[in-house]
Amino acid sequence: MQTKRMTFNSRVLPYLLLAPQVVITLVFFVWPASQALWQSMLREDPFGLRTTFIWFRNFERLFEDPTYVNSLKTTAVFSISTTLLSMSLALLFATMVNRMIRSRDGYTTFLVWPYAVAPAIAGVLWWFIFNPSVGIMPYMLKMVGYDWNHRLNSGDAMILVVIAAAWKQISYNFLFFLAGLQSIPQSLIEAAAIDGAGRKKRFWTIVFPLLSPTTFFLMVVNIVYAMFDTFGVIHATTEGGPAQATNILVYKVFRDGFVGQNLGSSAAQSVILMGIVIVLTVVQFRWIERRVNY
Amino acid sequence: MVENDRWGTLLAHVILILGVFVVVFPVYVAIIASTQESGTFLRGVMPLLPGSYGWENYRTVILEGRSNAGAPPIGLMLWNSFVMAMMIAVGKIAISLLSAFAIVYFRFPFRIFFFWIIFITLMLPVEVRIVPTFQVVASLGMLNTYAGLSIPLIASATATFLFRQFFMTVPEEMLEAARVDGAGPMKFFKDILLPLSITNIAAMFVIMFIYGWNQYLWPLLITTDDGYYTIVMGIQRMVTGGDSEPLWHLIMATVVMAALPPILVILFMQRLFVKGLTETEK
Repeated sequence: MQTKRMTFNSRVLPYLLLAPQVVITLVFFVWPASQALWQSMLREDPFGLRTTFIWFRNFERLFEDPTYVNSLKTTAVFSISTTLLSMSLALLFATMVNRMIRSRDGYTTFLVWPYAVAPAIAGVLWWFIFNPSVGIMPYMLKMVGYDWNHRLNSGDAMILVVIAAAWKQISYNFLFFLAGLQSIPQSLIEAAAIDGAGRKKRFWTIVFPLLSPTTFFLMVVNIVYAMFDTFGVIHATTEGGPAQATNILVYKVFRDGFVGQNLGSSAAQSVILMGIVIVLTVVQFRWIERRVNY
Repeated sequence: MVENDRWGTLLAHVILILGVFVVVFPVYVAIIASTQESGTFLRGVMPLLPGSYGWENYRTVILEGRSNAGAPPIGLMLWNSFVMAMMIAVGKIAISLLSAFAIVYFRFPFRIFFFWIIFITLMLPVEVRIVPTFQVVASLGMLNTYAGLSIPLIASATATFLFRQFFMTVPEEMLEAARVDGAGPMKFFKDILLPLSITNIAAMFVIMFIYGWNQYLWPLLITTDDGYYTIVMGIQRMVTGGDSEPLWHLIMATVVMAALPPILVILFMQRLFVKGLTETEK
């Protein structure tokens, strides 16, 4: 890692400058993370009097536990659907806005602000719209003969949280896609047009491949978002229900740790989540390095 | 544009108007619902045109609240959210500027080691280590304090990276000139580096303010005293608290109040916001 060619000479000052950041990191990140690692190998008896060291037994138990396996599947379904839904809508809007000249800024302003809405609030908003007794959507769905009830039907509940989570993320994806589209040289598109490629063909053979770095980056970011930042969406609305249908991993860590007081299991789940985050981060950084070469 | 295709452009406008509709619709519904009287929601599906109780509903939530339905007045919660968001934004920027300065402008033993320690924070969001972090904060006696709400969220690798990136682009001559004139490190930092970074600081501030305002899980865990509730987590208590059907008109008034400040920040500082967002993530 580089510094400037010319630097200041001081023995103490750089450590003082780094101190606040490093102390906070050690106290609130490194220490808790190592605690989680340690606790994930312990088991407390029901009265909290005695703890025993049990190696990886907590992890084995987790994977034997059908509710955990179910939560893994739920998380996969939830994050993939959220990512696909919000990215494809955002790409559609970005391509359309990119065609506009005068109205570009106007549309952008309208599409951008949901970024500011907290996930929990996004959840409550859609929960209200889909509320079986007063919401508008169930009322309209009833007219086409569908009886919506996310309190009883697990499919409906999943659709609800996916919509709420994806809605909030559209603006973020939109901004990145728009920036990506604007960096594609106009000359390439004109050349293709001269060769007789229509709008659709140009999009799929030129624009879309050139956007692939942006798309890949957004995929990782969106999966991380769907797996971790959507805690508020779940907690404020379905609370993991009905029948575990929306009990994603982050929510389960919280529930088992704070409501169930099962610390060993919750810590083991934390460790697995940390593993997932680290893998995703590494994937992303590997890819950024590759992009520099290309 | 390569070709002039009128129908295509029209179709694009139609799609975008639909898109804007989808994006705006939930908030429109919330605003409408916040102007109804309480009986509206007992009669069935909600109307799509504003009612005439808006003023009354907002006055109720801000000043009185509905304590029997688990809703303290939101004036205090808005204030708590504001304090928390400001502390997080200002704190993150301050400590990140200092550590980026140390990493770029000094050579010292264990530099890489410290860099990696800071880097770790990027990888582990609070959500994945909830229980142990809670235990640490509890044992430090920071439950139900503003410090407990903000300090654990202040360490941020993203801001440090952004400032490091920016400092690397500052011309070497600046430092040489400053040293020739006899300026020490802190003087250089204060009089040259800070003024140069002002746009980056503002862009970071927009992003971090929104980040802080929208925190949900953390305040939920460490506040049990309703004097420290923040607005975003307070809504959840209104929705699930109380025995009766939720008081939708009051909930939606609260939702609007909770969403408004960060939305205003984005609308008024759109350029800075876009800059902050696209640069921190790259």
